[in-house]
Amino acid sequence: MPVTVLIPTPLRQYTGKKESVVVEAKNVAEALQQLTSEYPDLRRHLFTDDGKLRNFVNVYLGDEDIRFLQKDQTPLNDKDVLSIVPSIAGGADLYCICK
Amino acid sequence: MALSIEQKTVDAIRQHGARDYPNECCGMLLGQADGDQKRVLEAVPLRNLRTVPAEAQKLLPLESPGRESERNRFLIDPREQIRVEKEARARGVDVVGYYHSHPDHPARPSNYDREHAWPWYSYVILSVTQGQPADLTGWVLTENRERFDPEPVEIL
Ligand SMILES: [Zn+2]
Repeated sequence: MPVTVLIPTPLRQYTGKKESVVVEAKNVAEALQQLTSEYPDLRRHLFTDDGKLRNFVNVYLGDEDIRFLQKDQTPLNDKDVLSIVPSIAGGADLYCICK
Repeated sequence: MALSIEQKTVDAIRQHGARDYPNECCGMLLGQADGDQKRVLEAVPLRNLRTVPAEAQKLLPLESPGRESERNRFLIDPREQIRVEKEARARGVDVVGYYHSHPDHPARPSNYDREHAWPWYSYVILSVTQGQPADLTGWVLTENRERFDPEPVEIL
């Protein structure tokens, strides 16, 4: 069924500037597969080299984080809206060779 | 690529870094982007969710919590991020990047920063030494995710 995926600003350069993409999918995993097969340059920012969704990629179904639903097996209904929300994380080196 | 920012906004980031020392501070950079040129209009301080380990671990678990904490890690609460971004959009401004501090570490991106970075966004890093704000630098992740390129920060 058709669902809409909202693309965050930093990734729009890989979707031809599109802010949203409609895909056909029964669950979140399928939706992201569809999205990255249509726009392969997105892949390295969403998935690890061994094909797992990167842990700093937040995916929301409406207002709900899919981590707290059924993760990438979360089922989708017609006209659902998925948002890719970049997780913002970082920090200093553990061992600093400062000065 | 270049980032322009007003002195008063830089001062706000520096004060935030000093205030949250010895923890890392973090915040959102709102403004406008025109091709490779970004202009920061506002720096919005956000909570470092690593100060609430139980919450942060549910979202992005640390690999060695014994050595990693709010003193050398930050995480922005996605719900707060979504809310602030939505409010900004309604005012016609976009998220152009994020800032964070490195307490008692140089203002250079770490490998952990790189692994968790997104393309296109500007990453501003402030070094805070013994509680005093020091160097402030700007960075952009390269396309292949292998490193950061320095981004000149032009203070207006
Ligand atoms: Zn950092």
